[in-house]
Amino acid sequence: MKENNIEELERQFQEKIDNDIKIEPRDWMPDAYRDTLIRQISQHAHSEIVGMLPEGNWITRAPNLRRKAVLLAKVQDEAGHGLYLYSAAETLGADREETIDDLHSGKAKYSSIFNYPTLSWADMGAIGWLVDGAAIMNQVPLCRCSYGPYARAMVRVCKEESFHQRQGFEIMSTLANGTPEQKAMAQDALNRFWWPALMMFGPNDAESKHTEQSMRWKIKRQTNDELRQQFVDITVPQAEMIGLTVPDADLKFNTETGHYESGEINWDEFWQVVKGNGPCNKDRVDARRKAKENGMWVREAAAAHAEKRANRSKEKRA
Amino acid sequence: MSNANWPLWEVFIRSKQGLSHKHVGSLRAADAQMAVENARDVYTRRSEGISIWVVQSNDVFASDPSEADSLYEPADSKVYRHPTFYDVPDGISHM
Amino acid sequence: MNKHLFEYLLRLGDDSLIIGHRLSEWCGHGPILEEDIAMTNMALDFIGQATTILEYAAKVENAGRDADALAFLRYEREYRNVLLVEQPNEDFAVTMVRQFLFDAFRKPLYEALQNSSDEQIAAIAEKSLKETKYHLKHSSEWVIRLGDGTEESHEKAQYAIDTLWRYTDELFFENEVDAALQSENIVPSLIPIREEWQKTVTAVLAEATLTIPQNGWKQQGGRTGLHSENLGYILAELQYMQRAYPGMKW
Repeated sequence: MKENNIEELERQFQEKIDNDIKIEPRDWMPDAYRDTLIRQISQHAHSEIVGMLPEGNWITRAPNLRRKAVLLAKVQDEAGHGLYLYSAAETLGADREETIDDLHSGKAKYSSIFNYPTLSWADMGAIGWLVDGAAIMNQVPLCRCSYGPYARAMVRVCKEESFHQRQGFEIMSTLANGTPEQKAMAQDALNRFWWPALMMFGPNDAESKHTEQSMRWKIKRQTNDELRQQFVDITVPQAEMIGLTVPDADLKFNTETGHYESGEINWDEFWQVVKGNGPCNKDRVDARRKAKENGMWVREAAAAHAEKRANRSKEKRA
Repeated sequence: MSNANWPLWEVFIRSKQGLSHKHVGSLRAADAQMAVENARDVYTRRSEGISIWVVQSNDVFASDPSEADSLYEPADSKVYRHPTFYDVPDGISHM
Repeated sequence: MNKHLFEYLLRLGDDSLIIGHRLSEWCGHGPILEEDIAMTNMALDFIGQATTILEYAAKVENAGRDADALAFLRYEREYRNVLLVEQPNEDFAVTMVRQFLFDAFRKPLYEALQNSSDEQIAAIAEKSLKETKYHLKHSSEWVIRLGDGTEESHEKAQYAIDTLWRYTDELFFENEVDAALQSENIVPSLIPIREEWQKTVTAVLAEATLTIPQNGWKQQGGRTGLHSENLGYILAELQYMQRAYPGMKW
């Protein structure tokens, strides 16, 4: 190493990133890079875990055996994805349990979409199709993220998620082609989840305080608005194909740009939900906190047993 | 709280016979047996593996990245360790 | 149709379906993420077993019903699962002890059913046995950890044994259905299976420092369709969609 001052280290760090060389856990990195990553990865992990709840809500009521197995496997994947991500955050020194406690105290955020209730079976379709669709759009670029463990976790997540969106769309199109009651159920789910799905991409670029630095660090590879536009362009024709109507009176296709133009998102609602005032914020966090509290004695028991075992085999050897 | 916090384990998976174990991630477990089972449930849900190793993260001793220059660069100049360094006359095969 | 075979398949299929349902209730609420995933894996195995077994039951019945119709559209008195599997999760100790008592029965049962003269049953048993061995390993280890863990976990595990023990006798219920199928070597006698079960349970509970209750009072009824109040609520959820929207495709 030539010069041991921070500026030189930062210059070398940025040079590595500019040359697409991945950063690995024990490499030097600026504190702000580490902090931003910990925040982003743990938020992402929390979203996966909290995201189990709205769909978990329908596992015992799934309409047939095939759908039940698929839904179980999907919600289980979300637990797995949360785990891969917590594990990536641990490589940065973020203890999983401390991160989770931040979620339970309200200090850490998660995706606002999961604060909306799942009121019908069609919501399982809407979530898979729209929410996972939006998530995939966010996640695919992250497979090229500059931080190695995060990028690797995302490769795994994206590979596994490819069935999630398909099963959701399959549910939706089955309903849309079903009886009038089923079609109404599907349309109602689309009506409720469309706008929250658009909000998943976060505030407009002009309002997004982290975007610029994160793009330079290659923690984020596309802006919120770019991703949101991609999502609308891809999803609107899919809705039309199965005969459902996107609940946006201002939606129109601009033949010159080749893109859809959407109506204005209700940002007041977005910020309210982010601040904790969505329909299910309290229920979701309570459920997770309860799971941890009720699991404490189980963890203590396993730890105590492991210790007893270790001591016994020590005694045997002595 | 500390007695409820299970140690972190690094997980290595052999995806098929003939390949070496590869690091796939980490997880929490109270003991080694549980770590193997958790690894099976977490990391082989789609038949990704046929053999699992787990190692407590604390037991991994790693090289220091700031010494990378002196550890690995000296090997770069030793091109004679690679077969392409040598000239083989035209017409000679199987070498 | 072979009425006895149909009845026996409902026992197997309903046991898997209902314990799978109970396990699936944990999804998203497990004591730690890793165990949440493990329990969901078991739930998936059981839903898979229920599907295969009920498909075969529907074929044997040959009355135009499929596995879904059997799983979702029978009345309460027509379910043939044992009372043990419908007992509520309560806490992790009750869930794991219930699982252990059931797995310890299922393993020798599937081992024996592998030799069934009915090829379908033999094939189902062979596949399910692999899953069951893992379940039994997982649940035994947990029973030992909880029993021989902390004072609190020991108490909870002992409570679970005390509560569930009365439902274990029914695992070995036999009637004319068994007699008829045993005479054709389709199913085994449950007497040696009970011995094996007893051996497993005694060994694991001893290692877990847990005591087998002396109370001889036993409950049964599930095998003949006389259930506890719990099943009605399970079915209210399980059948909700099929009952609210009859005859639709999903």
